[in-house]
Amino acid sequence: MINASPGKRLRGLPIFGAVLLGCVLFIAIFADLLAPFSITQIDVARQLEGPTSLHWLGTDENGKDVLSLLLHGARVACLVGLSTVAFCSILGTTIGCISGYFGGWVDEVIMRATETLMAFPGILLAILVIFVTQQPSILAVIGALSITGWAGYARLVRAQVLAEREREYVEAAKSLGFGNARIMYREIIPNILGPVIVQATFGVAGAILAEASLSFLGLGPQDAPSWGALLDQGASYFLLTPHLAIFPGLAIMFTVLGINFLGDGLRDWLDPRQIRSN
Amino acid sequence: MGPFLLRRFLSSLLVIFGVVTLVFFVIRAVPGDPVASILGEQALEVDKQAFRDCLHLDDSLFTQYKLFWSDVGNGTLGELCDDRGVTVKDKLVANLPSTAELALASLLVAMLIAFPLGILASLRPYSWIDNSSAVIALLGISIPNFWLGPMLLILFSITLQALPNPGGGVTGLSALVLPAITLGSGLAAKLARMTRSSMLEVLNLDYVRTAKAKGLSRFVVVMKHAFRNAMVPVVTVLGLQFGAILTGAIIVEKIFARPGLGTLLLDGIEQRNYMIVQGAVIFIALSYVIVNFITDVVYSLVDPRIRFD
Repeated sequence: MINASPGKRLRGLPIFGAVLLGCVLFIAIFADLLAPFSITQIDVARQLEGPTSLHWLGTDENGKDVLSLLLHGARVACLVGLSTVAFCSILGTTIGCISGYFGGWVDEVIMRATETLMAFPGILLAILVIFVTQQPSILAVIGALSITGWAGYARLVRAQVLAEREREYVEAAKSLGFGNARIMYREIIPNILGPVIVQATFGVAGAILAEASLSFLGLGPQDAPSWGALLDQGASYFLLTPHLAIFPGLAIMFTVLGINFLGDGLRDWLDPRQIRSN
Repeated sequence: MGPFLLRRFLSSLLVIFGVVTLVFFVIRAVPGDPVASILGEQALEVDKQAFRDCLHLDDSLFTQYKLFWSDVGNGTLGELCDDRGVTVKDKLVANLPSTAELALASLLVAMLIAFPLGILASLRPYSWIDNSSAVIALLGISIPNFWLGPMLLILFSITLQALPNPGGGVTGLSALVLPAITLGSGLAAKLARMTRSSMLEVLNLDYVRTAKAKGLSRFVVVMKHAFRNAMVPVVTVLGLQFGAILTGAIIVEKIFARPGLGTLLLDGIEQRNYMIVQGAVIFIALSYVIVNFITDVVYSLVDPRIRFD
């Protein structure tokens, strides 16, 4: 991510971001209880209605309650965002650590593999993978995003490990006779976790946006209501009912904004490489 | 400079090899019969066989792989077997100008927003100008383009009636404005922050102080002395963001019902025409690789101190 953190007067933003995310997480967990209508309930008499006292945010093309869909959409966003990042960061950290620690041809092969994966910009490879799986489910979307996602973590961790493996504490661990796995997991990785956590935080925002983009293109999970899919409807019917596009977009925006605020705060706190210019 | 560029060139070649190989094998993992999915179940047996021959489906995977490389090598990316004589290249060439027009226009929008904002922010760091440009940048990153697009449409096409509706057959500049803003806003946000931090570094250097001490006007010092040098790292960001523009174009083309590479790719996916999907994905990925390579070359020519090891 780029450095978008504002100056001293806006230092409360990370807390605001954390609160915002707490709300999203709360909604995601209790979506069933909070939603006023069932998201499977189709009402053909009330298609594409604007906000009414019954349906606060209106209805979609099937007459489903948009508010309920939005609340359940938080669940999809959190699920995809968190599990993609968990998978990518664990896999990427492990592979990157192996690459940096052992060096040589192992490093060479892994680095070329990550370069190949990163040659596909944005969601392009995910689009291809979804095309192959044919029936995109939440799992397929998480898988498709993870296939490209781990490479970034691997490169970050490798660069850190290259610097770290020359330090005395690693040498000390080696002279104590510890095995490679123990040195990597117990000595090196805990020392380089800061930047990984920062990247993972921004990664959640990236994964949520990627899932929404895929859904917007009609390639998202077909088995769950996604904010992106609602926006897709909204964009098709924007002449009839603008509300359908407005609310899911706001949901995505505030979630992503919250993550970015939190990430900026975490970066200042955890990433020692970031030297402020003030 | 020589050895670095040579290494960079060789690794780009390896990446191109990896991309083509990966796409080829991933596409071959599509379950089901590609013939039935493109021609339909009811197609005549003769047609199906002709199709199989055309796609070399009866050959071994390795033979197909070799044939695919020759298609990549001669630039056609393969013949469209449901439309004999037409190659994937023809489809790409037909759709490229529209996407290129959109990409260039959004680049222009991004630079027009980002450079003034970034320069102003760097001249008064941590002032209200800087803080508000930081907030605008954060909004620019957080607002997804598939939301900004419909919002702009609602505002300008419906409420204000100022610009044409998408898909209304209107072409030209007025149909390009909203797509370019939609695609350029995210880039503008990143560019503005990059310009700011790059300017902040340069503004504290001795030669800028010398220029000020000579009694040059503030404008000349900032624009001619500082900005031109601050541009060097910003150029790399532009190169890296080329990929974001390409994938963003897929979404923006869908919102505004524009023809282009993205529309070609999405139509290919819908029709399950894997020759098109394969060709479009390879084309987008390879152009991204090539642009990144060119960016590095330009960067190392402009600033010979840079090494990428």
